[in-house]
Amino acid sequence: MTTKFTEDHEWIRVEGESATVGITVHAAEQLGDVVFVELPDVGATFSKGDDMAVVESVKAASDVYAPVSGEIIEVNGALVDAPEGVNEGAEGTGWFVKLKFTDPSELDGLMDEAAYKEHAANG
Amino acid sequence: MTETLKTLPLDALHRELGGKMVPFAGYDMAVQYPMGVKDEHLWTRAKAGLFDVSHMGQAILRVAGGSHEDVAKLIEELVPGEIIKLGKGRIRYSLLLNDQGGILDDLMISRFPADQDAEGSLFLVVNAAVKDADYAYIQERLGDRAKLEVLDRSLLALQGPKARAVIGGLVPEALEMPFMTTRAATIGGAQVTLSCCGYTGEDGFEISVANEHAEELARTLLAHDDVAPIGLGARDSLRLEAGLCLYGHDMTPAESPVSAALTFALGKRRKTEGGFAGADRVLKELAEGSAMVRVGVQPEGRAPAREGTTIATGNGAEIGKITSGGFGPSVSGPVAMGYVPRSHADVGTEVMLDIRGKLHPARVAALPFVEPGYYRGPKS
Repeated sequence: MTTKFTEDHEWIRVEGESATVGITVHAAEQLGDVVFVELPDVGATFSKGDDMAVVESVKAASDVYAPVSGEIIEVNGALVDAPEGVNEGAEGTGWFVKLKFTDPSELDGLMDEAAYKEHAANG
Repeated sequence: MTETLKTLPLDALHRELGGKMVPFAGYDMAVQYPMGVKDEHLWTRAKAGLFDVSHMGQAILRVAGGSHEDVAKLIEELVPGEIIKLGKGRIRYSLLLNDQGGILDDLMISRFPADQDAEGSLFLVVNAAVKDADYAYIQERLGDRAKLEVLDRSLLALQGPKARAVIGGLVPEALEMPFMTTRAATIGGAQVTLSCCGYTGEDGFEISVANEHAEELARTLLAHDDVAPIGLGARDSLRLEAGLCLYGHDMTPAESPVSAALTFALGKRRKTEGGFAGADRVLKELAEGSAMVRVGVQPEGRAPAREGTTIATGNGAEIGKITSGGFGPSVSGPVAMGYVPRSHADVGTEVMLDIRGKLHPARVAALPFVEPGYYRGPKS
C-alpha cells in the first residue's frame, strides 16, 4: 500500500486497482475550518486533473482535482453532514472518495511523501 | 508588478501574535491568527475581539472659527444624513454621494463632545480602499470653505459582549456610553477618542490613538483574559451576519442609498428638503422605489454562495447577483447578501442560486442574520 501526493495537495492511497483520495493535512491547515464539502456521484468518471470535489472553508472555496483518471466507487458521505471531519482527519477518516483507476502509469508522475513535504514547505 | 504594501503601525505585533498576513486595501494585514477564522468569529460573539483597523481613514473637517452648524451644513452637501442636529458627542453613520446619487463610500461622522473645544469640527472615519479619493472629493467640493486634516493615527476596535466591561475597567465612564456616542479619554499615557460603534453587530468601541501609543494600548487590552486578536476573515463573517455592507462589494457608486437598502441613513429633514449630492435620484427612488434592491439571502442547503453567484428564479432565469456570501459561524450555515428586483425583494421570496452550475434553493431573508448586541443606554 503506497501513498502518493499531488502538487495541488491531494493524497492518494493505492490498494490494488483502487485508491482512496483526500486532501493533505497541510491543505486542511491552510484552508482553516472546513464548512462545506461537495462530493461527486458514485459512478462518475474523471480524467487526471479534472475538478472532482469542492471543499470550502470559512474563507474560500477550493477545487479538489482527480489525482489520476478513474471511476468513483465510493464517497465519504459523512463529510457532507460533518465537513469539519476534513480538519479532524484529513489523511485518515476525512477521506473524500475511493476510485478505480484506469491508468496505473499516472501514479508514477506523483510525489512520494518526502518530495511532497518539501513541496508543501516551499509552497 | 505588485504594488508595495503599506504596513500598519502594529505590524510587528500582528506577526508576534502569529497573524497570517495578506494584502488588503493596499496594506499588509492579518487575515487570521492561530485561533482561526471560525473560532475568532465565535470568540467575538461571546467575549471581546481586538481588531486593528488602522488602515481606515481618519480625518477632521474644520471650518476655522466656525460653528457646528457651519461645518455640518458643508458636509450635508455631500451626505444625506442629519448632521446639523447631531448632538455633541454623537456619531452618525452616513454615505458620501456623487451627483448621480451613487455611493462613493460609507462613513462615520462624529461631533466632538462638549468638553472638547472643537466647535466647527467633525471627525470622519472612512474606508481604507477609497480614503484618498474621498479626501480629494470632499476637499474639491468644499473648496476653501472648509479644511480637511487627514490624521495619521491608529484605530483599534474592541467588539463583543465583554468589550464594555474591558474598556470600562480602563475608562469607567465607558460603562454608560450608549451606542453611537463618542468621548475623549485617557488610557495609560495615551489621549484617545473613544467611540461606541463597530462593524460586527456586537456592542463595542473603536479607539483612535496616536501611533506611538497604539502598541501599549493593544497590549493592555490583549492582557485581559476575555480579549483575543481577531483578523480580517472573522471581521468579514461578523459584519456579513450583522447585515452590514462591505464597500466595493455590497455598495458601489452604481448603487444609491435606496437600492442599497440604507434609507435609515437618510435624515427626515433631508428627505423633504434634499440639498445633497444626487438628491434628485435619491428622492425619486425613495418615492417610487429602485429597480433593484439589496436583500439578505439565506441558502437552504449547506453550500455557501460566494460573491458573484447568480441569483435566479425557479426556472433558472437570472435576476441578480450575490455581492457578499459565505459561512456564518454563529448562524452555523451559509449566509449572503445580494441585489434582486424589487418584485423579488420580500422576505421569504424563493429564489435559486447558481453554484458551480447547479441551482440551489434559497430564500430572501431579513437582515441582520443575528440579533445585534448594541447598548442603547439605560432602560427607562
